Amino acid sequence: MTATPRSPHDGVYDVAVIGGGIVGAAIARELSGCDVSVALLEARDDVGDGTSKANTAILHTGFDAKPGTLESRLVARGYHLLSAYAEATGIPVEHTGAVLVAWNEEELEALPGLKEKAEANGYTRCRIVDADEVYAALPDLGEGVLGGLTVPDESIICTWTTNLALATDARQRGTTILLKHAVTGVEEGTEATTLHTAAGEVRARWVVNAAGLGADHIDRLFGHDRFTVTPRRGELFVFDKLTRPLVNKIVLPVPTSRGKGVLISPTIYGNVMLGPTAEDLTDRTDTATSEDGYAFLLSKGERLMPRLLAEEVTASYAGLRAAIDRSDYLIEASPEQRYLLVGGIRSTGLTAGIAIAEHVRGLLEKAGLPLRTREELPPPPRMPNIGEATLRPYQDGDLIDRDPAYGTVVCFCERVTEGEIRDACHAPLPARTLEGLRRRTRVMNGRCQGFFCGAAVTALLEQHQTDDGCRSQHKDNR
Amino acid sequence: MTHQPRLITPDVLIIGGGPAGLTAAAELAGRRAGKILVVDREQDAGGIPRHSDHTGYGLRDLHRVMSGPAYARHLLQAATAAGAEIRTSTMVTGWADADTLDVTSPEGRYRIRPRALVLATGARERPRTARRVPGDRPHGVYTTGQLQNLVHLHHRPVGKRAVIVGGELVSWSAAVTLREAGCTPALMISQYPKAESYGAFNAAGRTVLRVPVATRSRVTRIIGKGRCEAVEIEHLDTGRRRTVACDTVVFTGDWIPDHELARAAGITLDTGTLGPLTDTALRTSLPGVFAAGNLLHPVDTADVAALDGKHVAEQVVRYLNGERPSDQGVRLIADAPFRWVAPQLLRPQDPAPARGRLLLWTDEFVRFPKVTVRQDGRVVSRRTLAWPAAPGRVFRVPSGLLDGVSPTGGPVHIGLR
Ligand SMILES: Cc1cc2nc3c(=O)[nH]c(=O)nc-3n(C[C@H](O)[C@H](O)[C@H](O)COP(=O)(O)OP(=O)(O)OC[C@H]3O[C@@H](n4cnc5c(N)ncnc54)[C@H](O)[C@@H]3O)c2cc1C
Ligand SMILES: Cc1cc2nc3c(=O)[nH]c(=O)nc-3n(C[C@H](O)[C@H](O)[C@H](O)COP(=O)(O)OP(=O)(O)OC[C@H]3O[C@@H](n4cnc5c(N)ncnc54)[C@H](O)[C@@H]3O)c2cc1C
Repeated sequence: MTATPRSPHDGVYDVAVIGGGIVGAAIARELSGCDVSVALLEARDDVGDGTSKANTAILHTGFDAKPGTLESRLVARGYHLLSAYAEATGIPVEHTGAVLVAWNEEELEALPGLKEKAEANGYTRCRIVDADEVYAALPDLGEGVLGGLTVPDESIICTWTTNLALATDARQRGTTILLKHAVTGVEEGTEATTLHTAAGEVRARWVVNAAGLGADHIDRLFGHDRFTVTPRRGELFVFDKLTRPLVNKIVLPVPTSRGKGVLISPTIYGNVMLGPTAEDLTDRTDTATSEDGYAFLLSKGERLMPRLLAEEVTASYAGLRAAIDRSDYLIEASPEQRYLLVGGIRSTGLTAGIAIAEHVRGLLEKAGLPLRTREELPPPPRMPNIGEATLRPYQDGDLIDRDPAYGTVVCFCERVTEGEIRDACHAPLPARTLEGLRRRTRVMNGRCQGFFCGAAVTALLEQHQTDDGCRSQHKDNR
Repeated sequence: MTHQPRLITPDVLIIGGGPAGLTAAAELAGRRAGKILVVDREQDAGGIPRHSDHTGYGLRDLHRVMSGPAYARHLLQAATAAGAEIRTSTMVTGWADADTLDVTSPEGRYRIRPRALVLATGARERPRTARRVPGDRPHGVYTTGQLQNLVHLHHRPVGKRAVIVGGELVSWSAAVTLREAGCTPALMISQYPKAESYGAFNAAGRTVLRVPVATRSRVTRIIGKGRCEAVEIEHLDTGRRRTVACDTVVFTGDWIPDHELARAAGITLDTGTLGPLTDTALRTSLPGVFAAGNLLHPVDTADVAALDGKHVAEQVVRYLNGERPSDQGVRLIADAPFRWVAPQLLRPQDPAPARGRLLLWTDEFVRFPKVTVRQDGRVVSRRTLAWPAAPGRVFRVPSGLLDGVSPTGGPVHIGLR
């Protein structure tokens, strides 16, 4: 088998995956590693523009999942799979570790139970520590810590690059990526299912529904009525990079029945993050931040780390978890319909994505879709590094000597160079919008939010799009 | 890494080629203070005036008035003619060690170790996010800096109807730029009871600008998916809220110094300005490191920044000649309604501050301000000044009011009556 794109010979894809988030991209990648033709349909104008772009970006060990659930199994497996994949592709990741902090007696008493739960999940490296040890690791925490539980392997990762790597990999393995293809109708036939989209019809023998917040809608189009998605909003503050020395580990709250609670975490880009909130909404598009959300976060932050709140905020955003009315992932195949649902991937989908894809593959095979791994697959893509833990282009003297575009800093706050912007515009999955460029390079994401670079970045994006396909912007003709 | 970064060793490195940095360079090169190098991360030197394409520059330093771009060109030319070297597209990204800076440019990644350093990195406006304004994240939300870059350097269109947040001098500058770009400034929003910066414009200017002002108000939400559609504003006294339709929002003023390099070096910052704490010779807490311009007083006019540059040059020369400051000194402290004072440290034998003025920022409008200087519970001096203290622009106080201060006493408080 070869790595040439596998387009359907009769206009009908073997599998159509709906949703270009982390889960859909991971599934498309997995399936296109097999001898089938795959299409990935995404409603928006870029992959990773839904929930997958706006989360807390933690690579979870799964220590606190509910033992015995599918989620706990896939998060634990996903941790290892994504760690290895990050290594192979250059997705920025930092194994910082976490400390779960108890602020009152009740929380302190919950720690042994959490340690046991972790062990039931197969994670045995948690340790209960006293307040002194917590302060030794996190000297700037607010007053009143009583103790903590360490989770040495909890990590931070770049969610944007993860999504892009998976989708790029899928594409290089032959997946056809169809952007602006919002699925609005489904017509089941004996041989193939026709998906009606804003950009025309797409036909496929099998359909995988990984539409995140829209998964229940698609499910209904297939005639099911098994669940309803509740958008659960999470708002976050990103603090200035100058705060990064305050927080070297993920600071977790003791989880309650309502969710994981507000955490403080370093980011892979060198910031510190505070959040998220958890608020059930009805509008699945409402990713606005809110006054109440801000007030809540600030009151939490005041307690957790007052010093942090004295610093500048760089950004704030909100993401919507696809919560459903049961406490596990809902992944089910309907063999008679050649259809598979991936629903309720609420708050761990970034970590579990690749493991979910593996699981989905198994279910599809069982349901009757033969999936044979191809012998020769293209190597995984090498992603541009936008993390702070390893060398960035602006720091790489050899690289700049070879191509001075990497020595021209365009976005000063984030130190993004012209070379990186150019590359992102000509990548296999190119940036087509400012938002897409921001996620690929970090450009305009810094403390000035475009005061200095906004206009220049807009111009560069335009310049590189007008000569799309031409990749010769190098040293000699600059 | 195989790469061994090159090292260059000028006598003076000036970081930032805005009015402060370029003027310091011209002055130092003119005094033959050795090899003077200015680096700026932008493609062209000149700082903010490059894209501030309206008149109003150069009055106090050049004694004539010109446009921002013309002023920037003039300062660049003067520095070059005096013999300073200017390297653009050259960004200082951090400290390699206590005396050496890391630099990225198209010519490569290298290091600079000067004998003396002047930080002149300027200030920026806080964007919407830093002001913690919630809501959607649509296109069309800018700072004045971004707006002027878009309009004057890149000739790009903006929207049709704008709301300007802030009532500072720069807010009126934003209004001018919007008009030029064919966008109507529909409303200006100011937290103050009056848009006091009106006073800075003559009657003619005011008629031309004619922008309705919602005073005692703040923005509570940005509305719009894709493109901005409206803002929600609140009256601070009544709590009443309303939405104002607009496709463009410009967040103006609310400055913060670009103090990253200063902070990274562990230089002491002033908690009021958030810039480096300096004495009247513009020395920072790190020997051999000076600071000038809006990094110290966010934000004053360009000519004042330039005159800082002139002032600092002489102090740098003294430092290069081996002179060291007295380690005595008293702190200047701004009492409310003042938010900050610059400089903040008074040492015996030091020169008067640049232009013989202390710079302060007030949160309240006072038409006939009676400035009082106190030390150790004693009134050192008191004077009613002939110009108002107005929010949104720097308030200048003659440094002669400090004449009676004891260099060995306690902190000196500057307040109103
Ligand atoms: C605040 C917050 C914090 C989180 N923190 C973490 C964390 O730290 N670690 C972690 O592992 N996980 C975390 N998560 C969870 C994680 O982000 C999600 O589980 C994951 O992103 C889900 O990916 P997805 O592909 O299922 O969904 P999405 O990313 O939403 O992708 C679904 C895609 O389907 C598309 N779509 C929808 N309807 C249609 C249609 N009709 N036709 C075509 N396309 C359609 C959408 O446009 C979207 O791009 C967090 C989530 C939130 C909200
Ligand atoms: C919209 C607007 C309108 C204005 N209108 C007027 C007016 O009409 N009249 C008036 O007198 N004043 C006006 N001002 C104020 C005036 O522009 C400033 O006071 C003046 O530019 C300050 O000079 P500066 O040298 O301190 O800083 P800046 O001009 O900000 O220059 C700082 C320089 O440092 C560089 N720099 C920063 N960090 C680094 C680094 N790490 N490496 C390399 N280089 C770096 C920057 O690129 C920049 O060029 C206006 C300002 C604005 C924003």
